[in-house]
Amino acid sequence: MTTALANNKIVLHGRKVVGGVAEGEALVTNDTISGWGGINEREGTVIERRHELRGVSFKDKILVFPGAKGSSGWSAYFHMTRLNGVKPKAMIFNTMTTKIALGAVVTHSPAVTELDQDPLKVIETGDWVKVDADNGIVEVTKRSKA
Amino acid sequence: MKLTDAEQAMYDGRDGPARQKAMDLLVRYGEALGAERLVQTNNVAGAFNASTPSVRELVKKGYDAVFSELNLDSQEIVEIPKMRANTCQLITGIDNDNWHIQGIPQDLVEQQKKAEKHFGALGINMFATCTPYQVGNVPVKGEHCAWMESSAVVYCNSVLGARTNTEGKESTGAAALTGRIPYWGYHIPENRRGTHLVEVDVEVDDIMDWGLLGYYVGEIVQEEIPVLTGKLLNPSLIKFKHFGAAAASSGGVEMYHIPGVTPEARDIEEAFSGRKMVEKIRYGAAERKLAYDRLNCADNRDVDFVMLGCPHNAIEQVSLIALMLEGKKLHANTQLWVHTPRALREVADRNGYVKMITDAGGVVMSDTCPAISRYAPKGTKVIATDSAKQAHYLPAILGLPVWFGTVKDCVNTALTGRWQGGLQ
Repeated sequence: MTTALANNKIVLHGRKVVGGVAEGEALVTNDTISGWGGINEREGTVIERRHELRGVSFKDKILVFPGAKGSSGWSAYFHMTRLNGVKPKAMIFNTMTTKIALGAVVTHSPAVTELDQDPLKVIETGDWVKVDADNGIVEVTKRSKA
Repeated sequence: MKLTDAEQAMYDGRDGPARQKAMDLLVRYGEALGAERLVQTNNVAGAFNASTPSVRELVKKGYDAVFSELNLDSQEIVEIPKMRANTCQLITGIDNDNWHIQGIPQDLVEQQKKAEKHFGALGINMFATCTPYQVGNVPVKGEHCAWMESSAVVYCNSVLGARTNTEGKESTGAAALTGRIPYWGYHIPENRRGTHLVEVDVEVDDIMDWGLLGYYVGEIVQEEIPVLTGKLLNPSLIKFKHFGAAAASSGGVEMYHIPGVTPEARDIEEAFSGRKMVEKIRYGAAERKLAYDRLNCADNRDVDFVMLGCPHNAIEQVSLIALMLEGKKLHANTQLWVHTPRALREVADRNGYVKMITDAGGVVMSDTCPAISRYAPKGTKVIATDSAKQAHYLPAILGLPVWFGTVKDCVNTALTGRWQGGLQ
């Protein structure tokens, strides 16, 4: 159930993909993300030519996106963002695939999916988001009214 | 997740620390997916090489450290024993013979060669190609596999009727050691049915056109399963290879059906098998042009690098290129790399194709490609290719504009130094 709290907080409920708790600024995209050939694993930036986040870094951000696409190097490239210290702080996504499941597991960041409201509609870039993956809870504080 | 006794034994460490780490990863991965169990596999295609600049530091700790971290997601270094499943290495970053032409530092080449010896002795067969199905790994219908390489995965599922998800470096490492992979996604028959009907209204025959169709359809269906009908002419290994690679680049297509042609769809009814059709898509002249325009991002017609063979060329493609080049010389400002699996390069050499290409000034490469290696000839400003997949990825990976067209357009470009393509 989605709960709207008084101080412009929204709470979403979903399923744990990778456990843990993290909070930070949201980076939201409606475009699916490629790992190999879609990100620079040394800088943590999106590099795909026609992507709306091209040139933007997801380092330390709560990455909110539809899911993974493209090469099977997805997990290996997000794995390397962890080894290079530029991984996202948490991942929130809609479509489950083997690429995103394995990618989230090896990135070692909390990750959730199957939320009771579309996170792409509820969360905007710049919102403050707390992900409690162990309990499947996402708490959003809207930037605009904060 | 429910484990069998043998799996539980591995999970508990009774088969040694490496298999324990492998099972630990498979369980974490399976639970992330929501899988209920694992399935046995004896066919693994993965990436076990240690030749990229990013792993230089890790290699200093030894190959057990490389495999532990990159193939098992284990920060603890465990001793890696022989693989339990039949396993092969996919494409790598380095051509073991032409590395100097690629411009690869020699220390990385030595690193790759040593790693190949080490992992080869553990049972990882060094096919070194993105197309294992061209050089002897041809799974049978219904066989459970654990493959990486999106273009090979879509071929395995759709054309061969074998069953694999798009696995990654870590899950293939774990599968190779345990002979297990999560039973999820394309391993389950119900998930292999069609979702979208694509009606092809323009003739699709040339390799370029199969690539354009794949690129257009992939972007629309994303991870779903298109069922293609209409004017699909002369389907073949080469055309499926290009179609699937394109659809897995613009989207995440891992399976498609062509009723009457591919093994799990005798007709449209069987392709959907009762699954509700999400959308009907028409592919005509306008859609073809849209895909073509999206793949062509260059405007400077002076081309200094032509790349052919992604996915790696079949011998028929090498032969076609060689015959077009026979007795001619490449333009002074243009370089040509032709990529084919090492086993097929041997055939091309015996046939005289390699000589025809090299006499013209071209290079026949194996083991790698520019997108994987991130190397193009030094000073390259504009690229031309016959591959929708390379045309999709190279602008992002190398930061260079790309022309996309037919093999003939590309060979003529290599001979004249000017882009010769255009939509007919």
